[in-house]
Amino acid sequence: MTIKRMLGTAAAVLMAAGTAQAQMSDGGIKIGVLSDMSSLYTDLSGAGSVLAARMAVEDSGIAGRSIKVEIVSADHQNKADVGSNTARQWYDVDKVDVIVDTPNSGVALAVNEISREKNKVFLVSGAASSDLTGSKCSPNTIHWTYDTWALANGTGNAIVKTGGDSWYFLTADYAFGHALERDTEAVVLKNGGKVNGKVRHPLNNADFSSFLLQAQASKAKIIGLANAGGDTTNAIKQAAEFGIVKGGQNLAGLLVFLTDVHGLGLPTAQGLIFTEAWYWDMNDANRAFAKKFSAANRGIHPTMIHAGVYSAVTHYLKSVEALKSDADGKAVVARMKATPTEDTLFGKGTIRADGRKIHDMYLFEVKAPAESKAPWDYYKLRATIPAADAFRPVADGNCPLTKS
Amino acid sequence: MSTIFGIPPQALFGQLLLGLINGSFYAMLSLGLAVIFGLLNIINFAHGALYMMGAFVAWFLLQHLGLGYWWALLLAPIAVGLVGMVFERAMLRHLYKLDHLYGLLLTFGLALIIEGLFRNGFGSSGQPYRIPAELQGGTNLGFMFLPNYRAWVVVASLVVCLATWFMIERTRLGAYLRAATENPALVQAFGINVPRMITLTYGFGVALAAFAGVLAAPIYQVNPLMGSNLIIVVFAVVVIGGMGSIMGSIVTGFALGIVEGLTKVFYPEASNTVIFVIMATVLLIKPAGLFGRSN
Repeated sequence: MTIKRMLGTAAAVLMAAGTAQAQMSDGGIKIGVLSDMSSLYTDLSGAGSVLAARMAVEDSGIAGRSIKVEIVSADHQNKADVGSNTARQWYDVDKVDVIVDTPNSGVALAVNEISREKNKVFLVSGAASSDLTGSKCSPNTIHWTYDTWALANGTGNAIVKTGGDSWYFLTADYAFGHALERDTEAVVLKNGGKVNGKVRHPLNNADFSSFLLQAQASKAKIIGLANAGGDTTNAIKQAAEFGIVKGGQNLAGLLVFLTDVHGLGLPTAQGLIFTEAWYWDMNDANRAFAKKFSAANRGIHPTMIHAGVYSAVTHYLKSVEALKSDADGKAVVARMKATPTEDTLFGKGTIRADGRKIHDMYLFEVKAPAESKAPWDYYKLRATIPAADAFRPVADGNCPLTKS
Repeated sequence: MSTIFGIPPQALFGQLLLGLINGSFYAMLSLGLAVIFGLLNIINFAHGALYMMGAFVAWFLLQHLGLGYWWALLLAPIAVGLVGMVFERAMLRHLYKLDHLYGLLLTFGLALIIEGLFRNGFGSSGQPYRIPAELQGGTNLGFMFLPNYRAWVVVASLVVCLATWFMIERTRLGAYLRAATENPALVQAFGINVPRMITLTYGFGVALAAFAGVLAAPIYQVNPLMGSNLIIVVFAVVVIGGMGSIMGSIVTGFALGIVEGLTKVFYPEASNTVIFVIMATVLLIKPAGLFGRSN
């Protein structure tokens, strides 16, 4: 009798002490940043994404409201099996509530399935494949920053409309490259252009000369680079060497990041046109973020992926706090979709039923060396693609969630 | 238009030439490995990392000391060669009596450490390095546009490879070296300082890797991972040519570059596996390698 009462009192005391945190599963929120920490996508996501997530947590002030937030991170090595194992261990053993970032569409598509199976939350900033909100869409996933359709639409449209109507693709041979090539090809054909040919190269390829020679022989006006990171920079550098641009053909970098331009140097990269979701030098809020970010990241300025991680984590924390629980992944994502997004980096936005985050996209051109006034001053804005036109219409995506 | 296997002949010639260019990197790197293995019995897995260091030294010289490409071509191999000699003196020396496996494991560990340090310091997106002004531009050969710089790479690598072969196989110094690997005690009895000779040989093999690194800097991004992408292929080249065979590694290097180039025309998806298919086949049919002596 007395023992029972003592236990009862103890339980009541524990519950009272725990009110602030009791809503969150396992005593707090645990964010897992799953990224490429050691290979070609490290600088454009990697440790910078961990930093961006941490900055989002700090800026949210959530710790002051006695909710504990912990961030863990891991390297997926660009291997779907490694990424899947980490995701499973995080969800099952380490009690991670949400996985963010995850460049490499192959890995992201695998984690997408696991997050659905375990009913957790997956916020994609790094990966590009538009299948994440298309045929593979999930009630547990939000695709935040950009996707292959948006890149193809922004860059492809702009180039075809200015006369670049015959294309040859250099495509990274995995999920992302295939998706980017498919989406761009659709834009080119829709605008009355044609595709002269394509070649698939292995991921992390050093020598592009053979492929460039084939592209040269195709006589296409535009060589579309459906790849990313080190593959894109090597291809651009070697295209300059082989006189591709001097010979009258032009390059279209379909996915180019700030860090790629930095690695190429302006003399090689100048004049490149591409689509991005965010650039650090566009307004004061972005500049302030970039200043703080680069100071903690060896001077490397934030890419759109980093900004996307910040924005996604900010919105996630808000929604979980409003919901007073992080336990049910589907419920959290539903709440995130129902609430308009607002943060310092992306401003106001929305999330569609298929999991696509909607905001403006921008068409940038790389400055000539003479135009650049300061380190990392690389882009000039060519056009703003309004949010309503920037992403694939829901009806074209074939997402099962949107069919009722 | 006439075609060969459905490919226009000019495309084919172009790919053959490109294969030769890539082959020159394979040849230079596998040559360094062959020299080190032949004379020290060490399977030097750190070779790729040292090649990367060569490229980084070139970048550093330009960025911080204002010394251009031609200085880098001279100074980077010396600097990296010295680093190699320190490795040899401090670490590798203790493993000569043990199985090959120990040397392989130590150098593999070293490679990971070096790459990790560079990645930590410089990130993964690479540093820009321009083609020197003298070698910019190119020549139109009719079937392809040959950048002057690539032509220079083939010439430089052929000269270096053949000079190395000549030095080891045809000079007195080379004879000492080969004798020292056969019977170090006897050679030492003739008054030759064998340990010092071995240190210098390792330094030379490493310098070859750094030289290739400088040649590669204007073509590829100067990137901490550039060596690890290449080293596995280069090892396959050494295995196919025959471990320790100097001429074997040179010929196989160029030949496999060409095979790879052709694969990129006919079936690009397989271009990074074809060399390993050849390696597996050669191991089954002639385990000592195409040019190796089985003993």
